Amino acid sequence: MPKDDGIGAATLRREDVRFLTGAGQYTDDIQASGEAVAVFARSNVANGVIKSIDTSQAAAMPGVLAIFTGEDFTEVGGNPAGWLINSRDGTPMHEPKRPVLAHGKVRHVGDAYAAVIAETKAQAMDAIEAIEADIEELPAVVNMKEALAGDTFVHDEIGTNQCFDWGWIEDNRAATDAAIKGAHHVTKLELVNNRLVPNAMEPRSSRAEYHRGNDEYILHTTSQNPHLTRLLISAFVLGIPENKLTVIAPDVGGGFGSKIYHYGEEALVLAAAKKLNRPVTWTADRTEAFLTDAHGRDHVTTIELALDKEGNFLAFRTETLANVGAYLSNFSTATPTFLHGTLMAGNYTVPNVYVNVKAVFTNTAPVDAYRGAGRPEATYSLERVIDMAAREMGMDPIALRRKNFIKSDQYPFASAAGLEYDSGNYDALMDKMESVADIAGFAARRKESEAKGLLRGFGVNAYIEACGIAPSNLVGVLGSRVGLYDAATVRVNATGNISVMVGAHSHGQGHETAFPQVVADMLGIDATSIDIVHGDTSKIPFGMGTYGSRSLAVCGSAVVRATEKVITKAKKIAAHMLEVTDQDISFEDGIFSAIGTNKTVPFGEVALKAYIPHDFPLDQIEPGLEETAFYDPANFTYPSGAYCCEVEVDPETGKVRVDRFAAVDDFGNVINPMIVTGQVHGGLGQGIGQALLENTTYDEDGQLLSASYMDYTMPRADDLPFFKVDHSQGTPCTHNPLGVKGCGEAGAIGSPPTVINAVIDALQSGGKNVTHIDMPVTPHRVWTAMQNA
Amino acid sequence: MTKVTMTVNGVSVSRDVGGNTLLSAFLREDLRLTGTHIGCDTSQCGACLVHVDGVAVKSCTMFAAEAEGADVATIEGQANEDGSLNVIQQAFQDHHGLQCGFCTPGMVMTTAALLKENPKPSEAEVRAYLEGNICRCTGYHNIVKAVLAASGQDVSSIAAE
Repeated sequence: MPKDDGIGAATLRREDVRFLTGAGQYTDDIQASGEAVAVFARSNVANGVIKSIDTSQAAAMPGVLAIFTGEDFTEVGGNPAGWLINSRDGTPMHEPKRPVLAHGKVRHVGDAYAAVIAETKAQAMDAIEAIEADIEELPAVVNMKEALAGDTFVHDEIGTNQCFDWGWIEDNRAATDAAIKGAHHVTKLELVNNRLVPNAMEPRSSRAEYHRGNDEYILHTTSQNPHLTRLLISAFVLGIPENKLTVIAPDVGGGFGSKIYHYGEEALVLAAAKKLNRPVTWTADRTEAFLTDAHGRDHVTTIELALDKEGNFLAFRTETLANVGAYLSNFSTATPTFLHGTLMAGNYTVPNVYVNVKAVFTNTAPVDAYRGAGRPEATYSLERVIDMAAREMGMDPIALRRKNFIKSDQYPFASAAGLEYDSGNYDALMDKMESVADIAGFAARRKESEAKGLLRGFGVNAYIEACGIAPSNLVGVLGSRVGLYDAATVRVNATGNISVMVGAHSHGQGHETAFPQVVADMLGIDATSIDIVHGDTSKIPFGMGTYGSRSLAVCGSAVVRATEKVITKAKKIAAHMLEVTDQDISFEDGIFSAIGTNKTVPFGEVALKAYIPHDFPLDQIEPGLEETAFYDPANFTYPSGAYCCEVEVDPETGKVRVDRFAAVDDFGNVINPMIVTGQVHGGLGQGIGQALLENTTYDEDGQLLSASYMDYTMPRADDLPFFKVDHSQGTPCTHNPLGVKGCGEAGAIGSPPTVINAVIDALQSGGKNVTHIDMPVTPHRVWTAMQNA
Repeated sequence: MTKVTMTVNGVSVSRDVGGNTLLSAFLREDLRLTGTHIGCDTSQCGACLVHVDGVAVKSCTMFAAEAEGADVATIEGQANEDGSLNVIQQAFQDHHGLQCGFCTPGMVMTTAALLKENPKPSEAEVRAYLEGNICRCTGYHNIVKAVLAASGQDVSSIAAE
């Protein structure tokens, strides 16, 4: 049984109290006198040559303190891509420079070409209107197929809109082609994975201070990874020495990937703060967020599945166009490649997999990792084509998946897409899902729906993902320019309470509650005496932050290692206090005991002794009780799941409603089941949003038509049902100390194909031979498909 | 500039404000009550929701000057007198009805308005009433559950942990 606040306990979140009382401190909440405000001039056209920018009139406006244009940043660096991808022919990807402010050309609507710093936001906005920018509009490149075929280039100096042409695994190509050619049955599907806007509810915000007395900068910013942001600014963009720049991410109001990356606004406020010698703030409005936050997904894919006559999978082959937008955001090249292609064997023993991805520059906002990042795209392609194959071959969709599942005795399993899955039990997940969802009752529920004039469909899905990102030695070979370890320092204070400094940074995941549960469990002390310190590079060790469902699997493992070091040191001190050797000390439930005697000393007394070492043998024991560990994972972790849902479709209007949803996941061991369940709920909300509601629409001129909540359909409370979530079938990860796998992205990965499979089933049940509809399946799309069927 | 006087969380305040100062900006910048959040520019997200004379209002939709003489309640004034969480706040914590916390003040204030109008709402009524408050973290499951729990209804049969 879990201890009250230890591993496995559904401990209520301590951070909730400040959020519920209005006492949270998000970046825009930090206010002091003397702040100046930055506002950006952003391009109204998707592609244009900057002929001239006249700021003289604006500079004379009331309250204006400074104006910056791209000219001011020609001597500094650019924002780099964090992952080098080589094309099939061995040539490296094209990497155009991404400047702080556009210089020479603007490349997407919203591309910033100037910034005004003024006493107030209103004054800055007025001055923006007075900037005379002569920008010659050029034809825009929006559609990926046209981008590859045409002669208008987003980056003229490259001379192509193809960033790279990647094959995975190139050596498997011929065998995959042969397997498809000779197969009994091949199912082929063309599909679109719709472009999404992450839409963290807190817009991006940055606030810079410069202290000229010691030439130091402080940047408060909305970041999922403050050390990574500091590294990018220091090493690549502005050249501020790392030890002169503190980056602080205070409370962060959601991220979902969009706050991983460094953005030009952060560099601009830093430069402005130094120039003006006063704090400079900037906060995006919502339309600015739509225009400039890194978007997600946006793949166009053709996938083929080859089967033998019994339904055994022989091969998957995919051709994908992946939109990277106008500039390479920091992880934009890793997302459609190694976070996507390596997952294209799914949960299956399929022997042949080949993936081709062409990344394409367009005159649109940059596209990067968004909740799931490549894995939702992989899962959607696989699980849609499998469903279609089942229908074509007259097989039950669950039975077809089970037939091809990796079995529980096959681990570790080398997938045909190049990964080694360490653990899992997909049949057990499917068994559990069938009972949790009451599949047996579906037929009766369908009858009830039909009596109301509605079509009811059932959809199923199995997924696997790779989390716990990532083993540095592996990703280094594959092109990553950073390591992907994380770090923790456990500082036991003299009075026995504990500060744990971690490299991960919560933007809603409840780290302040969950991480202390781990330490409390290991030390046998009350979790409330343990606090997490995160988000401030001046206080925490160098960690890589929170994304890719990595915080617990990677940073949590570092916390374990650091705590183990604390216990080892504390045993030495306890041995000294109890006058026995280190080997004769045991530690349990917060008490050190001399084995074979009745002599004990509690943890708190050892902590105090560590800081009052009057009688220490200093050649054997250092004073103090504080340890740091860096943890680099041995492998990815592989969460998996079986999902199903039931939808009702109104055949008169095409309106789809998700009536029931069951998600059964294998996350390995679980530290706080309440938080894990909440993470799944949130992922389901976003995945169902992608399937039914959300779409990012650019017109042919590159104007973003869906740039506000009036135009981009966010899921609301009445769009979603209650969910059934289960994680009782966990198979522990075999290579990290907690046996955990990661839960943050699962819901967003598993739900889109589940919903679409159910919609197709509903339409088929109504006698309409509709085999596919692209997401989002809006009433108009469903109704149109039914009319054409 | 116009002098505006109102009561905020039971305290009378008086400030000079511009005619175009929104109530949301007045609360955040003039009174430093930063629990009221700005999540959009189109009165869609509900993060800025407060009560004006007992009525739920998105504070980005009215000018501070329009609240002259009004009684305004924000998230900062919702806890019990002893500082403990009120029934709604406690239900949100008990049922994990928040994650990043950014939409949370608006959710709590909307819930208070709902329960005043409809003390025992059904699930469908809760979902319909929350239509003007966007949350990106929770999928709404635990928010709806928390609202039902705050109304005193038994939520033990609702799926979850």
